[in-house]
Amino acid sequence: MTQLSRRRFLQAGTAVGVSLVIGLDTNGTLAVASTNTDASINPFLKIDGDGTVTVIAKHFEMGQGTSTGLATLVAEELDANWDDVKVDFAPANNALYSNLFFKIQGTGGSTAMANSFMQYREAGASARDLLVRAAAKDWGVDASEITISEGLITHGSKSAGFGDVASTATTLEPVASPVLKQPADFTLIGRDYLQRKDSVAKTNGTAEFAMDVKVPNMLYVTLLRAPCAGGKLATFDASGAKDAPGFIDAMALPNKAGVAIYADSTYASIRARKLITATWDDSEADTRGSEAMMAEHVALVGADPQFPATPVDIATVSALNSDAAKMVDAQFTLPNLAHAPMEPMNCVIEPTATGVRVHDGCQMPTITQGAVAAVLQLAPENVEIRTVFAGGSFGRRANTVSDYHVEAAMAYALKEGKHAIKLIWSREDDLAGGFYRPMSVQKVSVGLDENGRVQGWEHRLASQSIMKGTPFESMVVHDGVDHSTVEGIVDTLYQIPQMAVGVSDYSTPRPALWWRAVGHSQNAFTMEIMMDMLAHAADEDPVDYRLSYLDEGDEKGSRFAEVIRLAAKESGWHERQKGEGYGFAAHFSFNTYVAEVAKVSLVDGKISIDKFTCAVDCGIAINPDVIRAQMEGAIGYGLGAIMRNQISFKDGVVEQSNFPDYEPLRISDMPDVAVHIVTSNEAPSGAGEPGLPPAGAALSNAIFDLTGNRNTELPMTVHGVSFA
Amino acid sequence: MSLTLKVNGENREINSPPDTPLLWVLRDELDLTGTKFGCGVASCGACTVHVNGRAQRSCVLPVSAVGEQEVTTIESIESKAAQAVQQAWQELDVVQCGYCQSGQIMQATTLLEDHAKPDDTQINTFMNGNACKCATYHRIRAAIHRASEIMEA
Repeated sequence: MTQLSRRRFLQAGTAVGVSLVIGLDTNGTLAVASTNTDASINPFLKIDGDGTVTVIAKHFEMGQGTSTGLATLVAEELDANWDDVKVDFAPANNALYSNLFFKIQGTGGSTAMANSFMQYREAGASARDLLVRAAAKDWGVDASEITISEGLITHGSKSAGFGDVASTATTLEPVASPVLKQPADFTLIGRDYLQRKDSVAKTNGTAEFAMDVKVPNMLYVTLLRAPCAGGKLATFDASGAKDAPGFIDAMALPNKAGVAIYADSTYASIRARKLITATWDDSEADTRGSEAMMAEHVALVGADPQFPATPVDIATVSALNSDAAKMVDAQFTLPNLAHAPMEPMNCVIEPTATGVRVHDGCQMPTITQGAVAAVLQLAPENVEIRTVFAGGSFGRRANTVSDYHVEAAMAYALKEGKHAIKLIWSREDDLAGGFYRPMSVQKVSVGLDENGRVQGWEHRLASQSIMKGTPFESMVVHDGVDHSTVEGIVDTLYQIPQMAVGVSDYSTPRPALWWRAVGHSQNAFTMEIMMDMLAHAADEDPVDYRLSYLDEGDEKGSRFAEVIRLAAKESGWHERQKGEGYGFAAHFSFNTYVAEVAKVSLVDGKISIDKFTCAVDCGIAINPDVIRAQMEGAIGYGLGAIMRNQISFKDGVVEQSNFPDYEPLRISDMPDVAVHIVTSNEAPSGAGEPGLPPAGAALSNAIFDLTGNRNTELPMTVHGVSFA
Repeated sequence: MSLTLKVNGENREINSPPDTPLLWVLRDELDLTGTKFGCGVASCGACTVHVNGRAQRSCVLPVSAVGEQEVTTIESIESKAAQAVQQAWQELDVVQCGYCQSGQIMQATTLLEDHAKPDDTQINTFMNGNACKCATYHRIRAAIHRASEIMEA
């Protein structure tokens, strides 16, 4: 090994004996080192003397299965024994661990496996090549005669574990471009069931979340925040808490966003908070109520759009539709939604010799590192990010302003770094804390010709932009249109002639945030209910009608058609009787094709969601069982919101306080789900989000089939639907 | 004044005020962090523990009300039903984010101790207070059936 690659590696702390570490160096070249070197780079994998393979995950684990997926990629090329593979989370480092699609270190947009597929396989293949050559050297045999299977290196009667040759391997130079397996030779990638790497720890109480972190000299902090978004702290009075058990101090945050309440335990802080009063300056706050907000959105879709999102403009299509044989019109209203992951936001900041360490289920490590560094006036490299399991996210933790980390850093700074700080949000804080999916109102008018074919599609949207003002703006906002507002509409795979889409931005100081599947979560609802309405207006079967708009000579059109046909076949769509409660929806998002069939029935006059049949093509299925789990979970997450969730406001104050009035999907609501994965060797695409977008429309279309009632306003329970 | 709490087979001296919910005594004072905080109002079940062998929401149970009763947390469940539930959860890879799963497992264990072979309606009724935002419910149902089989074997 050359001096150049040797010094690029970090000493790995707790290895057994000599360890082999493999990673990209700062030039993007694979490099190798042993852990007794003093190099300065972190690896993608480490092989200890006892044969343990540790995969370093650059993506965090919020339940989506990425840690298992990344481990699968390495273990496949390495021919490791799956039981010998474990996963650690990477520290913050853009140069080494960036998401190759985002250029920052972060997880989101269902990109984790897609951007890592070649990178982690190459790391595994490079390590395998080193192990083979090391064994050849140790044994004095030809490397080409050595085989590896399930962690055992073999030549004739000789055999060794990875740990036995790791020491020799560290003396060799890795090849620049390791040879990767052909898909036909995969044994782990695509295996129907491979136990999740986090399954055992999450069933015996040992899995560590940030909420579980306890460090020496730690104070527990909750915040009293402004009731209205944009409100600023005017005065506060903590005298009522001075005798509360465990209460230590109350201090105003420097940005006037609230009062930090320090205590010797979580509950002591929560209890003291109830005894502290504050007054707020609401002069710049958003004090509108939901009805006013809705009226403003409706007015925006009734006026000329601020930004055309298609080459064809709405006035032109509107004129074209003046001679339509039939017009199909609908208005869709979708409320603000909170993410409400099971683990309320929290993190721990503790002092280190050179700065601080942040313990967090961290979704965007380098953004959080920079945000905390800015508050504490530290160099970013002196802010260490220690990523632990995240108790869900659904988008909430991928936050370009790192809101809760910044709060914790301010609370830490107020105590002059003399204490570690654990910042805890309660569920009430979570639901009132902003960063909601924006409200969306969409007005759609489609003209059909005498054959029931679309001749012009007018689509007006009013919504708050998520991306404007974020670091992603230059990538995603063009000519005023935030693509995330119109995704799934302007880029629909249906070949719709004369589609005009126009957007108007709703503005508020209340921060908006992506919610699982982002714009697709709203736009599939509108598009797929419209397709159902059009099929009915044309008196055609909804599945056949969709297929008739696809260009199957095109790869995307062909793959979309395949999942549509597969879901129809597996659900018994074509054998159904009309009115039995079947609803169809399909959507393309995150480069993944999904079709879903909902089956509902009436129980005591209420809607029972009995079954979902899902067909998905996400390219090569790395972990089929994880993909099934993501489809099941995304359908459930979507259904819960669509059935009964909304964040609403009275005079700017959120009306929902906790789960009893922001009721999660319950087990009794959950339909049976059957997931069918299309066999594919195409590049892997998203799995965490694409199952969600069709779910709501499939449900709405099924309810229409059963009852004749068309539901375009959400949540359904607020608009006349009762569920069993 | 300190209390004595019987937790996981040991007597522990408790210094938290007596009205502190059991959840926070377990988590912050006794470092038994497998039991989770999700809502604080007994509406999500993430904080479920066993009190004298029965599933209870620890977030609304003052530690002073526990008295002589025995508290068992996810860290030390070992009944036949509990082991079957954990095994079934692992076989079926029920977990996603995992944050609610300690509570789900504690609740499911009590269900199986009451009903060795629960049907879907019994499962839905007994498990309905345990929320999972990842919506792993489909697998929770299957894993409870599987645990029932394991117990029979």
